[in-house]
Amino acid sequence: MKKGIIFLLVILMLVPVVMTFASGAQQGGTQRYAFVFKNTGNPYGEKQMGGFKDGIEEQGYEAILRAPDQPTAEAQIQIVEQLITQKVASIAITGNDFDALQPVLTKAMDQGIKVLSADSAVNPKSRMVHINQADSEKIGRTLIQAAYDMAGGSGEIAILSATSQASNQNLWIEWMKKELSQNPDKYANLKLVRVAYGDDLRDKSVSETEGLLQSYPNLKVIIAPTTVGIAAASRVITDKGLIGKVKVTGLGLPSEMAEYIKNGACPYMFLWNPIDVGYLTAYAATALVSGEITGAAGEKFTAGRLGEFEVVKAPDGGTEVLLGAPFKFDPSNIDEWKDVY
Amino acid sequence: MSDINFQEVRVSTAKPWSWKEFFFQWEWLLVVVLLLVILVNSIISPYFLSLDTFINTPATFLDKGFIVFPMMLVIILGKIDISVASTAALSAVVMAVSYNAGLPMPLAILLCLGVATLGGAINGYLMVRFKELSFVIVTLSTMTIYRGIAYIILGDQAAGNFPAWFSFLGWGSILGLPVILVFFILAAVIFGLLLHRTSFGRVVFGMGNNTTACRYSAVNTDRVTLIVFTLAGLMAGVTAIFLTSRMGSTRPNVAMGYELEVIAMVALGGVSTNGGIGRIGGPILAVFIIGYLSYGMGLANLQAPVVLVVIGTLLITSVLAMRVRFRQKKKTSAV
Repeated sequence: MKKGIIFLLVILMLVPVVMTFASGAQQGGTQRYAFVFKNTGNPYGEKQMGGFKDGIEEQGYEAILRAPDQPTAEAQIQIVEQLITQKVASIAITGNDFDALQPVLTKAMDQGIKVLSADSAVNPKSRMVHINQADSEKIGRTLIQAAYDMAGGSGEIAILSATSQASNQNLWIEWMKKELSQNPDKYANLKLVRVAYGDDLRDKSVSETEGLLQSYPNLKVIIAPTTVGIAAASRVITDKGLIGKVKVTGLGLPSEMAEYIKNGACPYMFLWNPIDVGYLTAYAATALVSGEITGAAGEKFTAGRLGEFEVVKAPDGGTEVLLGAPFKFDPSNIDEWKDVY
Repeated sequence: MSDINFQEVRVSTAKPWSWKEFFFQWEWLLVVVLLLVILVNSIISPYFLSLDTFINTPATFLDKGFIVFPMMLVIILGKIDISVASTAALSAVVMAVSYNAGLPMPLAILLCLGVATLGGAINGYLMVRFKELSFVIVTLSTMTIYRGIAYIILGDQAAGNFPAWFSFLGWGSILGLPVILVFFILAAVIFGLLLHRTSFGRVVFGMGNNTTACRYSAVNTDRVTLIVFTLAGLMAGVTAIFLTSRMGSTRPNVAMGYELEVIAMVALGGVSTNGGIGRIGGPILAVFIIGYLSYGMGLANLQAPVVLVVIGTLLITSVLAMRVRFRQKKKTSAV
């Protein structure tokens, strides 16, 4: 047995030696740009990755699209490690955690890879620039105003978010709370009772919605600032026959939400074009790699069909690029958008 | 343990060395699988085949590897511990919160190990004290309890801001080897000796084969169970430290699903889930097979679900192969 163990160890030690000799040919070809989304099976993410792919490929480069099976930072760290090993030109990431990706993204930047976050930011130390969909303040305030409108000015409202660490959702929720606290007279009778987290998983979002309905039988509005959450909440409201009694609003994909906007579960909702977020990210990534921008405020670059954009200071202390204002979807315009994204 | 005389279980160790026996072992099949994984990875991705990748990749998957050793002992006992991932999450959260509350980092690390060890000891104690409770029920309950406590402590928040040196554990290198790999080798040596070179190890195998016989042979089986589950807790704490160091912050939902990955590695390593059979080399090889396999497929930019399917397929075919090829050899391999 002893001999056996020694033999095994020798073989194991030989493996890397043989491999160094074998490692000869590699690399070459076009620049490769990576996009890492939060998790697989998210239609919003697929649109975003699609836009990124278009933006990269129309410039003649290669796009790598990745997403872990669970929306965790651990899984994203591993993917980023793999991308560093592949020596990609740039990594764009939709962060599952604001801070936890810092060590691995710093490692990437140390090796000359251009790092930017898109949609859901990572902390300013881990990125060169952030691509934001829309002004976070505007999104947060707009959603509370919508809830106020749907509740008829008074009653209980709740929020169904993604994961508790999703930085974009957290920022919007912060602005929602500010909108409430800064206008005490207007919202005197509107009460935010709970922020629930569906983790952007369908089953968990459904059970969290059911939990909200059970805990707060007088609930009037659920605000879901996430496409998975809003669809799950609308489904529950429809299935339970609560249309009209409980209303859902938030950020949703027209293709997924058309049914609920028409049946009244969700009178109206908002979103920007996720394809454009991905597309803008693609052009920001290539601008970083070519040296056209470095991620400092005031720099300008052109993003293909979307035109010119400027890098501005972000509220978190870093810099960002804003895509534009959120767009409202209601029964009057949902049909023309439901086949687009 | 010195008062235990274990001559009877040793009977099968006295077999003469034979090349035929030697090559007809599960570990060789695993070595072949590992080489195949490396070969396939090198073909599908031009970036895999380099010494740098080979040496540094383990840092990306070894955090859970520490639990593989005690889990192996648990499974050899014929039991299973599904609470380890929750133990890791709880101890990580306690470490982060106590550090943020002003405890010096070295003490916070010790506290992390202490909490994890206590978590494991509670599992062992419950099993020994209430024999009518099955190990599945006990660890299933503590799995939810430990993670629940982690959520109570930290809610939906993350905690971090560790001192800069702490990230060295997860990201640094000693003599060109990742720190985490060095610790893994150290743990492998310690557990290898414990399992194959001590009377304690023989008792564990003995209990896996026949607990009743062991008890009648004046073995304190309760004490062995307690120690094995306590070790599982302790190593979950080690995993918590390295995982937290790599992430730079922690949340109550870290290490989700680690228990299943670890059990898969142990099973692939040729440790029978019926208990009593297994050698330390198998699970170690399995850790690297699954680690390199998922890393390599990631390098080739295959999507996550594909990776899961491939690993599941590998696991079930390997275990089936083991059943067919090694059925007759069951008793002898328990050495």
